[in-house]
Amino acid sequence: MVVACCLSLSNFAKAQTDADALMIPKNYVCAAGVYTHSQWDHYWEGTFKRDAPNLGTVSSNSYMLGFVYGLSNRINLSVALPYVTTNASAGTLRGEHNLQDVSAYAKWLAVKQEVGKGLFTFHAILSGSIPASNYQADFLPLSIGLHSKNVALRGLVNYQISQWFVAGAYQYIRRSNITIDRNSYYTTEMHYTNEVEMPNVSNYLVSAGFRSLAFNAEATLTKVTTEGGFDIRKNDNPFPSNRMNSTLAGVILKYTFQKIPGLELTAGGNYVLKGRNVGQSRTMYGGIYYIFNTKKEK
Amino acid sequence: MKRSLHYILPSLFLGVAVFGSSCKKDITDRTSLYPALSPTNIDLTADTWKPVLIKDFSTLTVVAPDAVTSPAYLADINEIKASQRNLTADQKASIKYWSAGAVLRWNEILRQLVAKHNVAPYQNPDGTYPAPNSVNPFNYPEFPFSNPPYAARAYAYVSAMQYDALIAAWHFKNVYNRTAPYKNDPAVQALVPVSALPSYPSEDAVVAGATVEIMKLLFPTELEYINQKAQEEKLYRIMAGANTRGEITAGESLGKQVAALFAARARTDRAGKAIGDATVWAKLQTTAYDKGHYWQSLETPKRPPMLPLFSKVIPFLFDTLTVVALRPAPPYINGSPEFIKEAQEVTAMSNNHSRDHEEQVAFWADGIGTYTPPGHWNAIAADEFVKQNYSEVRWARNFALLNMAEMDAAIVCWDTKYFYFNERPSQADPIIKTLTGVPNFPAYTSGHSNFSAAAATVLTYLLPDRGSKFTDLAQAAAMSRLYGAIHFRSDCEVGLITGAKVGQYAVTRGKADGAGN
Repeated sequence: MVVACCLSLSNFAKAQTDADALMIPKNYVCAAGVYTHSQWDHYWEGTFKRDAPNLGTVSSNSYMLGFVYGLSNRINLSVALPYVTTNASAGTLRGEHNLQDVSAYAKWLAVKQEVGKGLFTFHAILSGSIPASNYQADFLPLSIGLHSKNVALRGLVNYQISQWFVAGAYQYIRRSNITIDRNSYYTTEMHYTNEVEMPNVSNYLVSAGFRSLAFNAEATLTKVTTEGGFDIRKNDNPFPSNRMNSTLAGVILKYTFQKIPGLELTAGGNYVLKGRNVGQSRTMYGGIYYIFNTKKEK
Repeated sequence: MKRSLHYILPSLFLGVAVFGSSCKKDITDRTSLYPALSPTNIDLTADTWKPVLIKDFSTLTVVAPDAVTSPAYLADINEIKASQRNLTADQKASIKYWSAGAVLRWNEILRQLVAKHNVAPYQNPDGTYPAPNSVNPFNYPEFPFSNPPYAARAYAYVSAMQYDALIAAWHFKNVYNRTAPYKNDPAVQALVPVSALPSYPSEDAVVAGATVEIMKLLFPTELEYINQKAQEEKLYRIMAGANTRGEITAGESLGKQVAALFAARARTDRAGKAIGDATVWAKLQTTAYDKGHYWQSLETPKRPPMLPLFSKVIPFLFDTLTVVALRPAPPYINGSPEFIKEAQEVTAMSNNHSRDHEEQVAFWADGIGTYTPPGHWNAIAADEFVKQNYSEVRWARNFALLNMAEMDAAIVCWDTKYFYFNERPSQADPIIKTLTGVPNFPAYTSGHSNFSAAAATVLTYLLPDRGSKFTDLAQAAAMSRLYGAIHFRSDCEVGLITGAKVGQYAVTRGKADGAGN
């Protein structure tokens, strides 16, 4: 029986669907298309919150294709690639568009045990991403990504009683240096190089919700922390190695068709409650998933 | 299941290992690789070179040094020996850093301060903008806002002043002809390349003393940082066995005397009034060349134009009549066939998403939070000069030629911009989106083009063996503004021509200043 499938949106799009405790069975494949829209009209320079009259509303659209494969009932593999466009509604700056980062993960259901009346699980999720095009990172806030190569490890605990569950996760993302188009730049001092050291990032996630065969609903709270970096000064441009922190509240809804086996719809969104050197984004996404068995049923 | 675990578990461990170690994040800053200064020619006769402001060395005072047998000198030598006994890693790093050269390092320090202060003020709640005020420099917005004209002038004053200060230092070095500590006492180690140059007064202290003094005017909020750098440098000379404290003190005093000449000029060069006022800003709309299409700020809220009266600043290389004489012919009128053709080209550039264009635009953008185009050309020059093994005084002379040209190019360019007061492409046609920020001043002619052609002309004169390297770079810098869709082609092409003319004045000066090439 197919429960669900899950896909990682890019870190840039801030969605967290690779952070759930759901698995697809061995030999199953889930193909997915996900559209994500994100926009903001206020942002934080350091901790100073302001509007952006020379940008208006900054928006991004991401069109992602992805696949998950059930290597076993306990190990799922996934790969995904988004195409991203950005736009500013005011001012003169031109938006960007390109393929963003190819991401992949291996999700391992390491522990599955009945505890009390419910089921406890622990997942380890190893993921990585590399840029899929030579897009420009140093064009914030309109660059489509930060162009670092990332490797991340997430631990996820989930406890479910009947159809209700709570979950918590911690992820640490190690980011490579990036190369920018300039050969000098100022952070809090001058650097005469085209390489930029990208601080690593960690995040905590807590979520709770309801899961049934046909319908899932989940509320999430995520706290993203950049382990280093520097603040945007008043009226200065943002920079890829800024200390970008945010606290996001979100919801995830999932509907599984009972009459069309394998077809699922997902919708969700999140909102930045508090941030530092980021836009106060509202993000909405919707996805269509089709899950099928690659081996004939016996 | 079990079999797949054989593959997955090792890869998970591999992932953890990657976290733990490997992935080196260390980055090498190319300025940290500069070698210690070891001039091929110490330019001992630099006291015969033509200074910028100094009229007569007799107006400057450097007291005669103590005899090398005097107790005061011996005490100074003992200070060196004591400092050399237990050099810490930080002190060794300081010696390595400063030994690349005083003029070079202070040029880098200035570039950093320009980048730090090159951020336009944030608007007031009522939509007006506050202005930096040199009387209360710490009030927001801090003084200065080191935009390109301000920066060009700062680089010029510091470089020209260091040049004059070093010529004066060479004069007194020859007058007193004292050999260096490491030559006078075999127990003093030379931790920098040895030099036959007389060491009284200290050339490093002359540069530091002069620079600290002029920076009180140029970057008054940074004095604590600048003083700390000067202290480091003076201590470095003692630790390196290259100067005694007496030589440092004499050098610092001479530097301050020369700085006073430049500070007096800076106070009266009209830069302080360059910002204009509401009356000046309003009048520009009536004097604009294309009356129906005068320049307007593309920022929200609309920001007053940047330093409209910088055109009135007194140049270093020529008089104010020459500024007007160098002003190019008018730009194309909106609606003319030439204008329409150029606007179409900018639109095509705006729609061109080639990565090469983006890269060229970003490389040369030198916008807010950077050391500005003149700073970029200082960085280019520094990377080249390092290869030449110049003496300190020649470093200063060459930077002075470069930066006087940059400042005067700013003056001529700003005169052109505000005389014609011509619109930007995105104002003429809002459909034109840009690959970089639109600077808040008129389009004709491009500042980047003026700065770059002036710099390339000077650098090509100084380093003829580089062939067309600098003019090629200037061409790339100019075209980056067209590719970025913030300038019309004629803004760039005419700017290049005018900039080259300004640069030629510096070349003429260089040919006649007695330094040879």
